[in-house]
Amino acid sequence: MTGDALAGQGLRLGYDGREVVRDLTVAIPRGVITAIVGPNACGKSTLLRGLARLLVPDAGRVLLDGRDIHAMPTRAVATRLGILPQHPIAPEGLTVTDLVGRGRHPHHGWLRRWGADDDRAVADAMRVTSTLDLAERPVDELSGGQRQRAWIAMALAQRTGVLLLDEPTTYLDVTHQVEVLDLLTDLNRTDGTTIVMVLHDLNLACRYADHLIALRDGEVVATGTPSDVVTRDLVADVFDLPSVVVPDPVSGTPLIVPIGRHHTEVLPGPPPTTALPVPELAEPRRESRSE
Amino acid sequence: MTAVLDERNAVRRVASVRRRGIRRGRTVGLVLAALASGLVLLELSLGSVTLPPDDVLAALFGTATPQAEYIVGEVRAPRALTGALAGAAFGLSGAIFQGLVRNPLASPDIIGITMGASAAAVVAIVVFGATGAPVSVSAFCGALGTATLIYVLAWRRGMSGYRLVLVGIAVAAVLSSVVSYLMTRAQVRDAQQALVWLTGSLTARTWTDVAPLAVAVVVLVPPAVLLASGLRPLQFGDDAATGLGVRVERHRLGLIVVAVALAAAATAAAGPVAFVAFVSAPIARALVNGNGPALVPAAFTGAVVLVGSDLVAQHVLELVGIVALPVGVVTGVLGAPYLLWLMSTTNRTGRA
Amino acid sequence: MTTRAVGEQRTRTRPARRAALGAGLLGALAVLALFVVLSVCVGSVSLSPSVLLDVLAHYDPTNGDHLIIGTMRVPRTVVGLVAGAALGLSGAVMQGLARNPLADPGILGVNAGASLTMVLGISAFGVTAFSGYVWFGFAGAAAAGLLVHRIGSFGRDGATPVKLALAGAATSAALGSLTTAILLTDTEAFDEFRFWQVGSLANRELAVVAQALPFLAVGAAAALVCGRLLNILSLGGDVARSLGVNLAVAQGIAALAVVALCGAATAIAGPIAFVGLAVPHAARVLTGPDHRWILPYSMVLAPALLLAADVLGRVVAPPGEVQVGVVTAVVGAPVLVSLVRRRKVAAV
Repeated sequence: MTGDALAGQGLRLGYDGREVVRDLTVAIPRGVITAIVGPNACGKSTLLRGLARLLVPDAGRVLLDGRDIHAMPTRAVATRLGILPQHPIAPEGLTVTDLVGRGRHPHHGWLRRWGADDDRAVADAMRVTSTLDLAERPVDELSGGQRQRAWIAMALAQRTGVLLLDEPTTYLDVTHQVEVLDLLTDLNRTDGTTIVMVLHDLNLACRYADHLIALRDGEVVATGTPSDVVTRDLVADVFDLPSVVVPDPVSGTPLIVPIGRHHTEVLPGPPPTTALPVPELAEPRRESRSE
Repeated sequence: MTAVLDERNAVRRVASVRRRGIRRGRTVGLVLAALASGLVLLELSLGSVTLPPDDVLAALFGTATPQAEYIVGEVRAPRALTGALAGAAFGLSGAIFQGLVRNPLASPDIIGITMGASAAAVVAIVVFGATGAPVSVSAFCGALGTATLIYVLAWRRGMSGYRLVLVGIAVAAVLSSVVSYLMTRAQVRDAQQALVWLTGSLTARTWTDVAPLAVAVVVLVPPAVLLASGLRPLQFGDDAATGLGVRVERHRLGLIVVAVALAAAATAAAGPVAFVAFVSAPIARALVNGNGPALVPAAFTGAVVLVGSDLVAQHVLELVGIVALPVGVVTGVLGAPYLLWLMSTTNRTGRA
Repeated sequence: MTTRAVGEQRTRTRPARRAALGAGLLGALAVLALFVVLSVCVGSVSLSPSVLLDVLAHYDPTNGDHLIIGTMRVPRTVVGLVAGAALGLSGAVMQGLARNPLADPGILGVNAGASLTMVLGISAFGVTAFSGYVWFGFAGAAAAGLLVHRIGSFGRDGATPVKLALAGAATSAALGSLTTAILLTDTEAFDEFRFWQVGSLANRELAVVAQALPFLAVGAAAALVCGRLLNILSLGGDVARSLGVNLAVAQGIAALAVVALCGAATAIAGPIAFVGLAVPHAARVLTGPDHRWILPYSMVLAPALLLAADVLGRVVAPPGEVQVGVVTAVVGAPVLVSLVRRRKVAAV
């Protein structure tokens, strides 16, 4: 199939009349990893929820494979698009196998019951995420990294071409962050899964994403490959952060080194006189839970 | 080659874990069903005239003496069946609510639904001097009306379990004070009759009590089991459930309707028996090792709890010199310590 | 420069906010005073406020109006004031301590404990005077409250809201069953009990209040001291400990306040629903999450609500009277429902 996997056209999204995103148009290219970045409360998660049809837009529409997502039966959507919310809840005592098995829900009708292909999908998802050894452990007793892998396994068992993840690396230490992102890259490279994720860490986003969408105040500031898009001007523009952008010594992708108030830029880069002025300290934005 | 082997091992592993879970669920279900039937048989044989098991069976198949047939068929069977069916309905209803709201507190007796039945029944008894079937009918309507009110009041651009519980508690408090007020307005005799009803009792049930309850259970259990498939994803939270293709609001409404109707039917038949809806699901979940909402085991557990408690109320208390009490006293006194024990031994707690 | 600006702003807004909150508290006191006057004057025999001034100037026991005020209305109003303040304070402390918006004497098993011992007192010891009830009710309330707290604290992470509420519900159900068991076998006790159970301010003697006064004083003192502690405890046990709070002592003081206040109020007036639950919620909406203000606001607003409800109950269904417990439930529930609907409440 050609064309964009997922697109939002003229989206207006908000909660209880409070508008977070207005008139936003984005396109998610097929078969690549897209990262949505931006400061707190810029509408990243709201956009993701809108794209995943968790939030009904007040205006505009979301197209999945070119069709209006709200005109499709939700179960049919669930076989094409999976979403891992930021704070999923596992009922206490639920084992990893059971959790992953529930990802098969959209493939079961009222009458069709569990079959061999379900076992295969679950086993594949658990193998890929290295959660087989945890098969009989209750989810609530796992470590943060293990739990996140189990949830990703559930989303994988859903076997969708598009996978949306809201901050899949929160609360994980750096090892597990890299592990989760490597896993998502594997998925993308081997199965061609389209991956869209909201990421907090700009450097990890640059390294792992093929396509970057930078948001600020509910508007798209830039889109494109990280190397094309991420410059010190963009970082200053989106995050109000003076920084130096250097090539990542490992991947060659842009690496943002923040400057802060207590350091001045040394090397490399232009002379200090051209350094951007320190902006007024903005009122700290509170990260709202429902962002 | 090894990759293929790995893959096959993985599938085998997953399938075996899953099958073990299913087997355990089935075993637990069968054992509980057997236990419930055993208790029902025991209830049929014990009483002022104790009948041996073969006489009970003979009476059931219509080959016993007329006297035994009367005792079993007309006196004890309606009572035992009311207990078993009401217990199952309570257990199922509690399991659905607790699963839906992800909160062990959210059983119909806590969030005000059975309180609605109580208030309506007390109005019928105290204000209109009703007895028997009209009391049951008004209890049933009271439960449905209260549930609707709670749902409407808690609805605000969608439902949240937390709002449902809080609004339910608010409504329950109003209704319970209405009940208290009516009690002060009534003659002592009427008030005492209302008190017996409020406790929950299986005394003097007839086939006219059993029939509507049986119809309700037969009608409501299939949709409950069908909707249970959506209850599993719903337990992950609304976002994850939508992601899995569940129509969250519609599905939740369906589950609530079924659970409320079950609780209403059970309350109409047996009164608001304390604790049965509350404890059955946690017990069942502990038995099947915590996987899933365990609806069917919870139903059987409810039947075991209610019939077992009725046996205690009728026969065991007599041994220690206490007059026979309504079953609700026993379920409360037996159920609460169990829950406390459960809470003190497992320090796993719900998050929501 | 920026930090100084923020600092200045803070020093400027703080006294302003304090002044606003203080003025609000005075306003609440004025409302309370209004309801005190209404409570003394309104009833099956309505009296004008001038009679009240008369009574204050020179009480004349031979004057019928004076007699009504002196022997009925004043004790009733005093009971309302005392019970209301105690319920409001204990509710505020309980909600802060349990970090649970559902915390209420009814939900945490305190009322059920008081009911059981009360019924025991009536049934087994033949207590009929209200002065006798107090001790039974108080003992039951205290025992149930401590039991629930003890059970709710089992396990690794101490008294979490869910565990406390569960323990309360379980204890309530168990004690309620015992209470019913006694009532079903003792018609006379039931006849007495049903009039206590509904929650009322009428026909309570001032001697009862006098008996409960030491408990109320200790409880109120402990509660009002708690404000700062509760502010820290409401951030969670771990944070509180890291801020240097001795958790056991702090929780002990707060629990003492709750048990003393709640037990005494329940013993005096019977189980009154919703005042302890709804008033601190409303106070929090007015004051924000600072317990140093929530506590005094609750202490003033709760008796105002209770007296208003009592007055309403006297006039709503003449010639009879609707007990205050019924009115507070009917009036308080919509308030709570609207709070729940308006506020974005996080999960428990």
